Amino acid sequence: MLPNPDILVFRARVVAAMRSFFDSRGYVEVETPVRIPAPALELHIDAETSGERYLRTSPELDMKCLLGQGMPRVYQVGPCFRHGERGRLHQPEFTMAEWYALGLDYRGLLAETRDLVVSIVVRLESWCPGCTAVSGIDWHKPWDLLTVAEVYRRHAGWDPCCRYDADRFDLDMVSRIEPALPRDRGVVLMDYPVEAAALARCRAGDPPVAERWELYLGGIEIANAYGELTDAVEQRRRFAETAEARRAAGRPVYPTDERFLAMLDAGLPACSGIALGLDRLVMVLAGTDSVQSVRAFCP
Amino acid sequence: MYDVSELRKGLKVEIDGVPYMITEFSFMKPGKGQAVYSCKMKSLLNGVTTVRNYRSGDKVDQPQMEHKKLQFSYMDGDSYVFIDSNYEQVSLSKEVLGTARFFMKEDLPIEVMYHNGRPIEVSLPTFIERAVISTEPGARGNTATNVFKPATLEGGYEMQVPLFINVGDVLVIDTRTGEYSERVGKK
Repeated sequence: MLPNPDILVFRARVVAAMRSFFDSRGYVEVETPVRIPAPALELHIDAETSGERYLRTSPELDMKCLLGQGMPRVYQVGPCFRHGERGRLHQPEFTMAEWYALGLDYRGLLAETRDLVVSIVVRLESWCPGCTAVSGIDWHKPWDLLTVAEVYRRHAGWDPCCRYDADRFDLDMVSRIEPALPRDRGVVLMDYPVEAAALARCRAGDPPVAERWELYLGGIEIANAYGELTDAVEQRRRFAETAEARRAAGRPVYPTDERFLAMLDAGLPACSGIALGLDRLVMVLAGTDSVQSVRAFCP
Repeated sequence: MYDVSELRKGLKVEIDGVPYMITEFSFMKPGKGQAVYSCKMKSLLNGVTTVRNYRSGDKVDQPQMEHKKLQFSYMDGDSYVFIDSNYEQVSLSKEVLGTARFFMKEDLPIEVMYHNGRPIEVSLPTFIERAVISTEPGARGNTATNVFKPATLEGGYEMQVPLFINVGDVLVIDTRTGEYSERVGKK
């Protein structure tokens, strides 16, 4: 484990490698507001208030609005805030890297994300040979692609895509699935139950599944990606359903982002997008054991 | 009642009438899923460890604990008799005292934690001095502190001490671990 000042240099190198990769793939770096009127409605994510507004829990809706305005590829690296999330892998203020691309499906995004991770490792190794070996991960091994149905059947004995149980799904994820994932290579869980689609589009089938995948490195959740939901009617329905579930659970209900829905009404072409926890990626690359260890300060 | 978000390592909670101490605490949350607060806890009654998982909004009982400061007075058969701050006599059994019983000496101050009137935990002063009453003769000139031999202290406590310790040496014992801390003199 590197001492603190060294780890911040290491972190800066990771971000520099990331920017250079996005640049080479035609992505434009954007900055969208941190303080927003309407954070995306999610049942289990609470926003910090800031006066009359909220600190963003993710820049997702603004970034999709930029796609809607004709920017084909955008990325952003910046702070996000989630109320009450504090632990070894959580800090209420953290850094998210998000990127969105028109005309790319969720599998194409997966291939590109693997290229990104490998290119970061190659750059780090050319700067300081051997520095990513402490992670215990073989960065050049192919990633394991596992469906959610498959891992739940194997490690928890049921299939959430056929018969969904929200409480059991989340508890089994942290207590049975994540601990059983291989740690020496990248692992991708894909095709989530439609009830756990969040902002992903669903694909018909038996059973139907959400076009969503999550990347795990060293057994730790690093990134969440969607084939983006572009259907305005379905999106409106999901926001209303989530608002109702939050109200029923006694949690604050945020205003609906009507500007985002109007953009979907006007038509958003097929696209995909991903949010990656930068602190966790740096932590795994550097072989440390908490997100706090790779941030300058953690008030 | 504690809200699960207040739980942390070292906190005492009560489940089904049994007091527990939280020994490990972790906040786990799939990005889009609900938070799971995982607690490893040790029963303060029998030391058995269990793991409990809680979700946001769950509540956990707070045990009613009472602390008493006592001073050791004398032994009465198998009971250890103490005086509390109101000069009332309180007796504790050797089971409640555990290894602390070997350190009982007149006027020794202790703290006892009671749960629903039942004594469940005894704390001694962190450092206690006692003389060695039996051990193999010391190896002269051997000042290594990482090689040990058995010794018995006044009061009957048996422990591991460095090789240079002799009968009559006065040792400091760390009562949190029960281990040798240093030698402070001879009796």
